Amino acid sequence: MIPEIGHFALILALGMAVIQAIFPLAGAQLGYQGWIHVARPAARLQAFFLTLSFAALVWAFLADDFSVRYVASNSNTKLPTIYKVSAVWGAHEGSLLLWALILAVWGMMVSFFSRSIPQIMTARVLGILGLVSIGFLLFMLLTSNPFDRIPAPPEGRDLNPLLQDFGLAVHPPMLYMGYVGLVVPFAFAIAAMLGGHLDAAWARWSRPWTNVAWMFLTLGIALGSWWAYYELGWGGWWFWDPVENASFMPWLVATALMHSLAVTEKRGAFKAWTVLLAIFAFSLSLLGTFLVRSGVLTSVHAFASDPERGVFILGFLAFVIGSSLTLFAIRGNQIRSFVHFSLVSRESGLLFNNILLVVITLVVLMGTIYPILHNAMGWGNLSVGKPYFDFFFALLSVPLLLALGAGALLRWKKDDGAALVKRLVPALIASLIAGVLVMLWFGYSLGAILGIALAVWVIWLSVMAVRDQLRGNRKLTSIPRGFWGMILGHLGVAVFTIGVTLTSIYSVEKDVGLGAGDSYELSGYTFTFNDIREIEGPNYRGTRGIVTASDGNYSVTLYPEKRTYFSSTMPMTEAGIDAGFTRDLFVALGEPLGNGKWAVRLYHKPFIRWIWLGTLIMGFGGVLAVTDKRYLRMARRKKVPAAAVASRGATA
Amino acid sequence: MKAHRKRRLSMVLALVVGVGVAVALILMALSENLNHFYDPSQVVAGEAPQNHTFRIGGMVVDGSVHREEGSLKVRFDLTDYRERVTVSYEGILPDLFREGQGIVAIGKLNQELFVADEVLAKHDENYMPAEVKDSLKQVAENTEGQPETVK
Repeated sequence: MIPEIGHFALILALGMAVIQAIFPLAGAQLGYQGWIHVARPAARLQAFFLTLSFAALVWAFLADDFSVRYVASNSNTKLPTIYKVSAVWGAHEGSLLLWALILAVWGMMVSFFSRSIPQIMTARVLGILGLVSIGFLLFMLLTSNPFDRIPAPPEGRDLNPLLQDFGLAVHPPMLYMGYVGLVVPFAFAIAAMLGGHLDAAWARWSRPWTNVAWMFLTLGIALGSWWAYYELGWGGWWFWDPVENASFMPWLVATALMHSLAVTEKRGAFKAWTVLLAIFAFSLSLLGTFLVRSGVLTSVHAFASDPERGVFILGFLAFVIGSSLTLFAIRGNQIRSFVHFSLVSRESGLLFNNILLVVITLVVLMGTIYPILHNAMGWGNLSVGKPYFDFFFALLSVPLLLALGAGALLRWKKDDGAALVKRLVPALIASLIAGVLVMLWFGYSLGAILGIALAVWVIWLSVMAVRDQLRGNRKLTSIPRGFWGMILGHLGVAVFTIGVTLTSIYSVEKDVGLGAGDSYELSGYTFTFNDIREIEGPNYRGTRGIVTASDGNYSVTLYPEKRTYFSSTMPMTEAGIDAGFTRDLFVALGEPLGNGKWAVRLYHKPFIRWIWLGTLIMGFGGVLAVTDKRYLRMARRKKVPAAAVASRGATA
Repeated sequence: MKAHRKRRLSMVLALVVGVGVAVALILMALSENLNHFYDPSQVVAGEAPQNHTFRIGGMVVDGSVHREEGSLKVRFDLTDYRERVTVSYEGILPDLFREGQGIVAIGKLNQELFVADEVLAKHDENYMPAEVKDSLKQVAENTEGQPETVK
């Protein structure tokens, strides 16, 4: 009964989405006030029905209702409760339901926090969100209904063991919040084009939304990377896997969009460019969904997906990109930026950063799409090697980080080039000295000098930027949160850069064969393989190695495991990790080699935690910027007459 | 030409040149880092390059996995049900590596022997690497009357 309620709620949600799309959009175009007012209640009702539907699916999992096909193929009576809940989004149908729910929740949020925005604008934004919802709900009801019934088997097939993990329980919701959140700036951009008011106002309205979506996307990607590190048993944190790229591309464009929106809001420049970025950020997250869900990719994420479904998403993607770009082409000639800025100015710095971010996106996109096109053309199978991505990413990061440091010091409109150079020289010297010192400590590498120097450059210049804010007797507390957000975002990038540089250059990895009592020395640590034991878990059986790592005054025991889940014949590696601020020790169990020996993988990874620490700092910066006083004031303000907003937009 | 037109023209030109150079560089780097896929029949027929990284995929032949006792060196045969290629590898094999399983190996061909740097198996026991599936399908189509292949 309850699954039927879930199914029915899903259909009602589709109905609401149709209402949410048609009436407000038509009403805004034709000027029917009554229709415009439909937007908010419709968005909230849609969110309500989807919550109901989602709750029904959660219930089906918790109650082990194996007559629902989706539950039967992804759960099991022995599955721990927390994974029964996370199994809801563990496979295709459920993750789509989560997608749709999150989309509706974003819509509901817009309906609540848009009091300062003119009714007609809100109506258009919600209408566009409704249109996107229709696409996804139709897709779900037609091809991937999570509530399909089957004759109930006595026991479910269990969740893919790889997904039975805390990291993976939270990774998809975070990532989806980010992915789907990019629909909001997209909707604002389209709504602004429909209304013909491409002024600074729409940029101001969509900035906080973009920041929040970006923050979720940042954390979601970082969680995925952390999960891959400890769960996949290879000790890597990024593989340039197509699905990773699929989440990284929207992130890159969203980062560009955040910066470009700032210029559009504050200076009224880059208007057309900002609109394009908003369109592409959302299109790339749709592309990501297509890549993950269609099965066109060879990827670790390709958990038995279905090619036919891909056609639907591809069609939807083509429709979204096609119609938005057509609208842009029609309205584009009305977008003019009558703003001048000189070569040395913050605008130039942000333009440079935008171009670099887009070029990096292009590089990643080509590396990701090329094999798919090649295969689709029938020219055979191939894949793009990791060196391609590594090379370009490292190459383009250099100018990006240089500009990131210097750009934060620049003034809007026009700055003094000679004075800037005078301030940059000490930063350059300090950075190079820091780079050389780190290299002397860790061992020779030009890459390390460069990476560390760039990070120190960013940190040094960020501190200078804070000092500039304190000029004229300003206090630390009077600096706006938006500024602190930027500084934290940039410092996060620096911390991330240090982590990536040191981990990728100075990691030591070794596969060795060890028997009980054998030891192996790696990076100053002696790893001793003490014993191996049989263990039994709730829904698996396995072997656990007991390995001690010691460097004389520090000693730790690690328990790498090899598990076999009852529901499948597939073994799983659980690494034993000793996490530390300056280094991780990582032990993974391979297979028995005979002679009582086991294959054991030993890693020493300096500063790897800094990679995720950096992303946390970035994410925190994103949130801090949203709590800036002016946004809070904007949210608190009651209805504002449309004319007043338009005139303020023109003068801002 | 007015001054601002001139400036705009030079900006557009710079943009076009910049994008052109960037795309050319990307394509060059891309073509150097492409790993083509060959199946065992193609390798035996000599279509695959010597000493150049490529990917090979097929089913691990039953009973062909040999490990040097107590060491990480391992050898196994890959087949597309027509030809066989011997693969050597040193290191830990992925969890899903097993006889009768479809896998992909990345490495170089040294005479007849494929020396793998990396062995990939997928994270789902029902999943077959797309390349291996395609290649098996082709073989099945070309050799009708042969015993049925794995789906």
